[in-house]
Amino acid sequence: MLTKRIIPCLDIKDGRTVKGINFVDIRDAGDPVELGALYAEQGADELVFLDITATNEGRKTFVDLVKRIAQHINIPFTVGGGISSVEDVRPLLQSGADKISVNSSAVKRPELINELVDAFGSQCIVVAIDAKFIEGKWVVHTHGGSRPTDKVLQDWTIEAEKRGAGEILFTSMDHDGTKSGFANSALSELNQKIGIPIIASGGAGTMEHFKTTFEEGASDAALAASIFHFKEIAIPDLKSYLKKEGIRVR
Amino acid sequence: MKTVIIKYNAGNTQSVIFALQRMGIEPILSNDPEEIKSADKVIFPGVGEAVNTMRHLSELGMDRLIPSLTQPVLGICLGMQVMCRHSEEGETPCMGIFETTVKKFVRQKGSTLKVPHMGWNTLGEVGSPLMDNTLENQHVYFVHSYYVPLGEHTIAATEYIHPFSAALRKDNFYAVQFHPEKSAGPGAKILENFIAI
Repeated sequence: MLTKRIIPCLDIKDGRTVKGINFVDIRDAGDPVELGALYAEQGADELVFLDITATNEGRKTFVDLVKRIAQHINIPFTVGGGISSVEDVRPLLQSGADKISVNSSAVKRPELINELVDAFGSQCIVVAIDAKFIEGKWVVHTHGGSRPTDKVLQDWTIEAEKRGAGEILFTSMDHDGTKSGFANSALSELNQKIGIPIIASGGAGTMEHFKTTFEEGASDAALAASIFHFKEIAIPDLKSYLKKEGIRVR
Repeated sequence: MKTVIIKYNAGNTQSVIFALQRMGIEPILSNDPEEIKSADKVIFPGVGEAVNTMRHLSELGMDRLIPSLTQPVLGICLGMQVMCRHSEEGETPCMGIFETTVKKFVRQKGSTLKVPHMGWNTLGEVGSPLMDNTLENQHVYFVHSYYVPLGEHTIAATEYIHPFSAALRKDNFYAVQFHPEKSAGPGAKILENFIAI
C-alpha cells in the first residue's frame, strides 16, 4: 500500500540552509547536502529545497548545489524558489531534481503551469501555495507570504490542478512557525475537492500533529523544517510513532 | 563491464547516472547504435509523456534498435511503458517488446486514492534475478498515472487502486515501473542485481 510521506524542507540561501520562523527571523541550520543525506538515511521520504537567494550569482550556485544533492542523495527531491519560466526549470531537472515547485510566478501568470507541464510532464510540477485566513477566506499570498492577492486557496488549487499541476504544497501562514499543528480543516476540505496529492505544510510541532494531518486533514504528505533541523523530532522516532498509531509509513 | 544508458530526452537520466556512480559504475551515455550494441548492459530511462517520447525515440532509430538488443536491457518508468505494445497515453503505438497495453489509472468514485500514484509503495510477488526475495515488501518510489496490468511478464506486483506490474521480464528485457535510482537501499539493490545479471 502507498505510504504517507514525511518531507523535511530546507530553505537555501547562498548555498546554506536557513529557516524563517513565520517567514522572518532567519536562522542558520547547516550544510544542505549533509543535512539532506542525513535525513535520507534516517528515513525521510522526500526532500524539498527552496532557494531564497535573490541574486543571479546565487541562482548559479543553486544549480550547482542541486547537482551535488542529486549525486549524494538517493531519494526524490523537489526544488523551488524564483522559478518563472521553462528555461529556469530545465537546468534544475537536468541536474537531477525530480520535481520543481512554483509559487508567486504561477499566481502572476497561471499559464506558466501549463507551459511547464507541456515541457516536462505533470509528475514534476508542484504548485506551492501560501495562504492566510482573513475574514473567513483563505487568501493566497505571494513573495514569501508578504503580498496578499485576490486569489482564494480553494479556487486557485482547483485551477492549478486543471492546468496540470502534479501536486500541491499548501502552507498555512497562520500555522507556520507556531508549532500548534497543521491546518487540518482547510486541508481536509481541499483533499475532498482535489484529485492530486497535497503536501501539508506549516504548524508541525509534535509527532501527534503528523498523525492528525494524515487522519483529519487526509494529507498525502507532511512537510516540516525547524523541528527536524533543530532536532526536536527525529525522523526514525516519528516513523515508529506513526506506525504504532496505525498510519502507513515506510 | 560496459554499461550504456540510452541518451534521449528522458528526464531522469542524470539521476540514473548518479545512482550507478554511487555503486562505483561509470556508465556511458550514448545514442550511437554501435556503442549501445557493444554494451554488456543497457539502461533505458524514462520520465515524461509517451507520444513525444516515442516520436523522439523513433527519430533516433531507438524504437527499432532497442527491441533488437540481445544483452540485458533495463527500462525504467516511462522506459518500461514504451517497451510495451501500446499506451493509452495519447493512444500511442509503442515498441512491442512486452505484449501488453499500458492503461490509465482511473480514480474510483468515493476513493481517497489519487492519480498520479506518487510515493513509496511495497513490492510483492518477487523472486527473480532482478527482483530477488529480499525485496518482498520493500518500499520503492513510484510516480506515474499509467500502469501495466498483471500478466505473463510480471516479475513483481504492487497494489494501487488495484494490483499492477511493478516489474516485467521477457527474455533479456527487464523493466521497472518505479524509480530504482530514487528508491534508497532497495533501489540500489535492484540496480546491483541488474548489473550482476
